[in-house]
Amino acid sequence: MDVQLLLARIFDGLANGSTYAMVALALVIIYKATTLINFAQGEMAMLGAFIAYTAWFNFGIPMWGAVILAVILSAILAALVERVLIRPFDPADHLPLVIITLGLFLGINSLAGLIWRLDPLRFPELFPSGNAIDWGTARLSWYTVFTVATILLSLVGLTLLLNKTKVGLAFRAVSSNLESSQLVGIKVGPTLQFGWALAAGVGTLGACVFAANPVLQLEPSYMLRVLIFASAAAALGGLDSLWGALAGGLAVGFVQSVVVQYIPWVPNQMSLAAAAVVLLAVLLFRPAGFFGTAQVSRV
Amino acid sequence: MTRLLDVKDLKAGYGPVQVLHGIDFHVDDGETVVILGANGAGKTTTLRAICGMIDTSGSVNLEGGELVGSDAADVVRLGVAHVPQGRGTFPELTVEDNLDVGAYTRKDNEVAADKEKWFETYPVLYERRTQTAGSLSGGEQQMLAVARALMARPRLLLLDEPSLGLAPIIVSDLFERFANLNDDGTTLLIVEQNARLALGIADRGYVLESGEISAQGPADQLLNDDSIRKAYLGV
Repeated sequence: MDVQLLLARIFDGLANGSTYAMVALALVIIYKATTLINFAQGEMAMLGAFIAYTAWFNFGIPMWGAVILAVILSAILAALVERVLIRPFDPADHLPLVIITLGLFLGINSLAGLIWRLDPLRFPELFPSGNAIDWGTARLSWYTVFTVATILLSLVGLTLLLNKTKVGLAFRAVSSNLESSQLVGIKVGPTLQFGWALAAGVGTLGACVFAANPVLQLEPSYMLRVLIFASAAAALGGLDSLWGALAGGLAVGFVQSVVVQYIPWVPNQMSLAAAAVVLLAVLLFRPAGFFGTAQVSRV
Repeated sequence: MTRLLDVKDLKAGYGPVQVLHGIDFHVDDGETVVILGANGAGKTTTLRAICGMIDTSGSVNLEGGELVGSDAADVVRLGVAHVPQGRGTFPELTVEDNLDVGAYTRKDNEVAADKEKWFETYPVLYERRTQTAGSLSGGEQQMLAVARALMARPRLLLLDEPSLGLAPIIVSDLFERFANLNDDGTTLLIVEQNARLALGIADRGYVLESGEISAQGPADQLLNDDSIRKAYLGV
């Protein structure tokens, strides 16, 4: 077995997997709060990346400043979306909400096409170029290293936020027991709104880091594939586990890059299907994922 | 004795279904009051109406302040804590987080001291403080739910069928603890089917039938009332 080749595929999987994990993380935050998959998460993140691009390209804001601005703006936008489009509906009735997120998905996608046109844009690099490891075909780029660092830092930050702050406690309470949350005085609406804002911020950060990939260009549909892989990653991680999102994202990233390399009858174009197969297998054999909380209820 | 809770002509229900047809009752400061009733009589609805969780008309007066029309999240700020039926805890949160979230509305700096107090009162909660609430036994969860509610330092504690689904020995222990809480100054409003136990620790009682109060009086008088003995004590 060619060790260099294997390493090369693993490094590929690491970079993609971290991006999936970022978006999966955003999905998990919303799921924890509402037991709902936000199908518009990828497009909301795409919009955030375009905002960052515009802030940098048109307004001359330094790149990292533009990213931070975009994270904040997309959080505010998501808070508005929650208030206007989500809160008026019964949280227990999922179908209307799912349709709303699908509508958002299409709406944001078209809006971005209208504003930024469909021509691919060159997103500036956020991280140093070059390779951290350069061993024949096995190259680990600094981009990959910093992408992994970004997801790890986000995870640590989110874990601290949820476990050490009052708003984090309220968020966990609401996701555990909606009714008792009201009875201890938690305002459920604003707490869920906080979850939407948080998820959008995380998603935008992930989308900016993804767009900064030197081999990629920014265009309105560049997050479509990511959302599908991220959904598989979130399901694999159990949908309600933050660190499960990371494990799921990396696992899907590896499946995608390694399967295509080592299973000769799976053509490159079918890597998307590999994610679908993973998703299907998880739903069939382990509905609670590998890190999720299996629902136990006393009767 | 000062009147803590005064309920007048309380009507409530779910959508088109009216469950409570105008009931009157009151709770004085320091009392333990029990509302008895069969399944479907409207016991849970009464507590949910007091807490602003369902559409309600009539008047629910807490020491001069009107609760009808208040948001559920605000009722606890006004001094009413509610232990709902069955699932009063946050099963995915640790025991300690459950107590912390119970003090969510508080801004004073005695939360840690109160937590210590409940850990001393219920040592089993201290032993399991890092476990998730869902992993506790039914009786322990009920204890936790009560401690969680009391972390808000309420003036009135509502208990919705605390005996439900618990073994008899656990239930008598639990009611003994309620009696102790009351001795320490907590005012209790309990709705129960287990009339003998509930009346055993109560000062006064009401009987709720099909959304209307059908009898009321001091606890010992209700215990000796023939019709109530037949209907709720099975003798």
